[in-house]
Amino acid sequence: MDPDERQSAKAWTPSGNDVLKNLSMDNQSFIDFGLQQKWEDCSYLGYQSRIEQGFSKFSHQSENSSSVDGSSNSQSKIQGRQDSRMQEASNSNKMPDWDPKGMLSNLSFLEQKIHQLQGLVQLIVGRRGQVENQSNELLVQQQQLIIADLTSIIVQLISTAGSLLPSAKHTLSSVSPYVPQFRQFGGSMVPSGTNASSGGGLPQNTVNKVEDQSQEIDLTGHHGTEQNFAVEEHEMKDEDDGEEGENLPPGSYEILQLEKEEILAPHTHFCTICGKGFKRDANLRMHMRGHGDEYKTPAALAKPHKESSSEPALIKRYSCPYVGCKRNKDHKKFQPLKTILCVKNHYKRTHCDKSYTCSRCHTKKFSVVADLKTHEKHCGRDKWLCSCGTTFSRKDKLFGHIALFQGHTPAIPMDDSKGSAGTSDGLQSSEAVNKIEQLDFSAQSNIPSGSCFENVMDGKGSVDDPVNYFSPLNFDPSNLSGYQEFPRPSFEDSESSFSFLLSGSAQYDQKSGRYSGPVI
Amino acid sequence: MKRQKTGLESSFSFFDLLCEEIVFSILDFLDENPLDKKSFSLVCKSFYAIESRHRKTLKPLRSEHLTKILNRYSSVTILDLSLCPRITDVSLNVISSSCKEMLRSINLSRSKIFSHVGLSNLVMNCANLVEIDLSNATELKDLAASAIAEAKNLERLWLVRCKSITDIGIGCIAVGCKKLRLLSLKWCLGVGDLGVDLIAVKCIDIRSLDLSYLPITNKSLQSILKLQHLEDLVLEGCFRIDDDSLAAIKQGCKSLETLDMSSCPNVSHVGLSSLTIGTGSLRQLILSYGSPVTPALADSLQKLSVLQCIKLDGCQVTCSALMAIGNHCVSLRELSLSKCLGVKDEALSFLVTKHKDLRKLDITCCRKITHASIAQITNSCTSLTSLKMESCTLVSGEAFVLIGQRCQFLEELDLTDNEIDDEGLKSISRCSDLSSLKLGLCLNVTDEGLILIGSRCSKLKELDLYRSAGVTDSGILAIARGCPGLEMINIAYCKEITDNSLISLSKCPKLNTLESRGCPLVTSLGLAAIAVGCKRLMKLDIKKCHNIDDTWMIPFAHFSQNLRQINLSYTSVTDVGLLSLASVSCLQSMTIVHLKGLTARGLEAALLACGGLTKVKLQSSFRSLLPKALFEHLEARGCVFQWRDKMLQAELDPKCWKLQLTDME
Repeated sequence: MDPDERQSAKAWTPSGNDVLKNLSMDNQSFIDFGLQQKWEDCSYLGYQSRIEQGFSKFSHQSENSSSVDGSSNSQSKIQGRQDSRMQEASNSNKMPDWDPKGMLSNLSFLEQKIHQLQGLVQLIVGRRGQVENQSNELLVQQQQLIIADLTSIIVQLISTAGSLLPSAKHTLSSVSPYVPQFRQFGGSMVPSGTNASSGGGLPQNTVNKVEDQSQEIDLTGHHGTEQNFAVEEHEMKDEDDGEEGENLPPGSYEILQLEKEEILAPHTHFCTICGKGFKRDANLRMHMRGHGDEYKTPAALAKPHKESSSEPALIKRYSCPYVGCKRNKDHKKFQPLKTILCVKNHYKRTHCDKSYTCSRCHTKKFSVVADLKTHEKHCGRDKWLCSCGTTFSRKDKLFGHIALFQGHTPAIPMDDSKGSAGTSDGLQSSEAVNKIEQLDFSAQSNIPSGSCFENVMDGKGSVDDPVNYFSPLNFDPSNLSGYQEFPRPSFEDSESSFSFLLSGSAQYDQKSGRYSGPVI
Repeated sequence: MKRQKTGLESSFSFFDLLCEEIVFSILDFLDENPLDKKSFSLVCKSFYAIESRHRKTLKPLRSEHLTKILNRYSSVTILDLSLCPRITDVSLNVISSSCKEMLRSINLSRSKIFSHVGLSNLVMNCANLVEIDLSNATELKDLAASAIAEAKNLERLWLVRCKSITDIGIGCIAVGCKKLRLLSLKWCLGVGDLGVDLIAVKCIDIRSLDLSYLPITNKSLQSILKLQHLEDLVLEGCFRIDDDSLAAIKQGCKSLETLDMSSCPNVSHVGLSSLTIGTGSLRQLILSYGSPVTPALADSLQKLSVLQCIKLDGCQVTCSALMAIGNHCVSLRELSLSKCLGVKDEALSFLVTKHKDLRKLDITCCRKITHASIAQITNSCTSLTSLKMESCTLVSGEAFVLIGQRCQFLEELDLTDNEIDDEGLKSISRCSDLSSLKLGLCLNVTDEGLILIGSRCSKLKELDLYRSAGVTDSGILAIARGCPGLEMINIAYCKEITDNSLISLSKCPKLNTLESRGCPLVTSLGLAAIAVGCKRLMKLDIKKCHNIDDTWMIPFAHFSQNLRQINLSYTSVTDVGLLSLASVSCLQSMTIVHLKGLTARGLEAALLACGGLTKVKLQSSFRSLLPKALFEHLEARGCVFQWRDKMLQAELDPKCWKLQLTDME
């Protein structure tokens, strides 16, 4: 428990019962708390932005971050599902080296706070009754104050409760040896992202690929570092229909067939608490951590298949719902699809319109975004042209083609006659980079807006908005070191502090997503 | 002949009876001297017309007159523009529109001004083009290559030093010119495996392929060796070809007759033997400046049953290797060991006893051989026609007597820097077929020997007496009298030579090259005689002939209309003399360093007046004295300037040249 926090808690206690009368005092404490919160977020950010830090510090920060995560936990408490889970979590996370005395004091502190909460809620209930008597403005003001108090108490509750759980600290520190390694990945990526406009964007793509892979590997165990690379919504292309060679005897596997609507749905994994959709279950699991400490246990974070793998489970294979398709189970030579992702890509590629057009050549069309991205990386670089109009990315392929066919000749690019082939090429490629950047960006910004957190607010907006002025989570991200260089898409202002609380966790996801994505 | 024609002309009605075919066949015999045809055409209008129709080959000096001459010579099939430094697209358009289908061969090897546009025009209009030489067109790009690819009938193509052409361009040519039989890609540094590979795939008729200095590897080499008709393959300086890559070759080229692998230091006998698997018809093998010659290499030559010529210039040679060559190779006709290190008497003697049919032997700079080798060579190889033994300094004078006694079929003999004396020359004078004799730096040679040569070797065409200080007028006189066919003579630094020599040389009408550097006694009088007598003179070097002044210039410029190259450095020629040279329309190269009487204005006028200049060597002091615009103008005309900043040198004793050479060992 932070001494700071305790102090602020003490300062808060006397004013607890009569919040309205001791506004100034309360404000003071709130500001204190807010400041502290700011510090927390600072460190939290430090963790995210992979500024090289000491080992111990890192774990310490993660403790703090877990306390912030708890804030969203309390949100769900209001929804009425909290208590039991809290207990579960605390039960499941018993660690040998915790201080019973500190625990006791923390618990008594929690008790106090809960009493305060009760008082406040009663106050609100009481006010509801008097609505007719008072002018609207005053009512709104008072309600705001109450809500602000409510928020601060909840936050304190959560942070204290969080410190009761030593488990978070341990889970994080156990995986932290891998962290620096991945930090380096990120580190190499960040400069490339910021330099992208000056034409250095090509390596970035490869970095993304690598990152993707690391993400894949990561899912199995190192969930602690997961957040570094969390939501790169880039489907793996090579997972496609790649099981041609697989020869499972029919009947040895279970055939699943998804409906068309299911296949075309943007998300397959949904948060049971808030309803947000994800393309990958790993990302969902990462998201779930924001809903409470019970989701941070190794068991909760582990890949679900892992657990069931001990039992002799039937192999799952998928069938395409399109009748007549070779991938449809009714087809004579049915060839099943391996994963859901394969189903998706197969269905889109084979049975859907190609709605994504390459922004460079305006001719090639794709139905899978990943295919478009892959193409755009290479589009325009097929500079080896045959007289028949076929283009090749490699010179030897062109010459092989010419050697094979009668009458085909290598075609000379037109800019060859102008003599500045080199420079124009350079221009083109930098253009290409810019375009890819733009595309990536739009893809990135689409994701949050498509999710249920549409009303996530910008931290900056909260400063100007008087509604949230007293919110303890009222931090200004522009003050945070190392963050302002990453411009973020603007989000709509939220209307309540509760949603803001939620947005804190959502923004967390978003930040990390932003982080792993290319930055313009 | 001339008299006959003028007789015919007086009664021209007779002449009409002569059908054109007869005149054409008469003209066919007038090939020897280009001036003959000129005189013929100047007889009358009908002769003029006939001669115009008869001429098949043109080698113009200036591109300005192309329109006129092409109008006149309507049946030209071979156009050699190698003397024109500035052929532009316009000129090519003129050629293509006037020659049309008649043109079969064009040589553009000296100019880089034209572009793909002109080439494309040429190729479109002259569909029967069989031969194109585009060497040194360094600016040509792939577009030009694709233009050439339209010449479907092309059989021979030279692209030497076309550095900007890449695989793509070569690919176009490979696809377009399917009938190619000869292709030279020497120094086309942009061409790699892919282009060469495609050539091998598409142009299956190729007989001769020059891939020197290309960055090719065994990839394309494998497909090249599959060519069914390939006879001549040059892989000089292909540094990426090495033993390891050659090991992959399973089958060599059956039809291959000549293989040049010089300057491939990474190829040893291992690579060579895999390259020559199954090449039963290989006649000539050139391995100059390559890896050391070992007995193993000689062993690998054993399979080549019809091998006739081996060139090992500049290689490290061991005695055992030479002996192995002697044992394993059958009936060599030609052997070149010039500049080989390690050639010794024992091995060479053994070698020549095994190859008695040797016709040509080059042992230049084999400094360790002595009288014994020469004795053995002359003993076994009596049918030698060419012997080059420059700087075999240990060979004693008596050896040369043996040469004359035993090798009487010699046509070419290079004895530069040897100890030969008059006795030797007397013996050598028995070689009545001798056409080229080099006696440079032979200080023991005097008039006595030369007189014998002159009296017996009437077929002599080339005589080099560079720094043979013992030679005087009487020797030259004997040569000039005895060898009417003399074409080239070098009497540089023979200080005793006077005008009398030149006057006697002026009786040699075929003389085209005269080098008389550093002959202080030679004056304008002698040169005037040369000018009048030797109308075919093309090269004249009178550097350091201090007594030569302007007076010879006027007759010279009048008579020597064929002069191409002149060196006037250190003479007493002034502005006036230089200016009179302007009337020599063929003049292309001029070296004028250290002319005391030359002023900037005179030089300027002379440079402007000589329209055909392509190369001028000047003293660097003139660089600042002459206006820049002048240089720009001349460079635009195709003239290249070279600047010399040498101080006047004191004349060295001729013997010190020899000493320097021997010191180098």
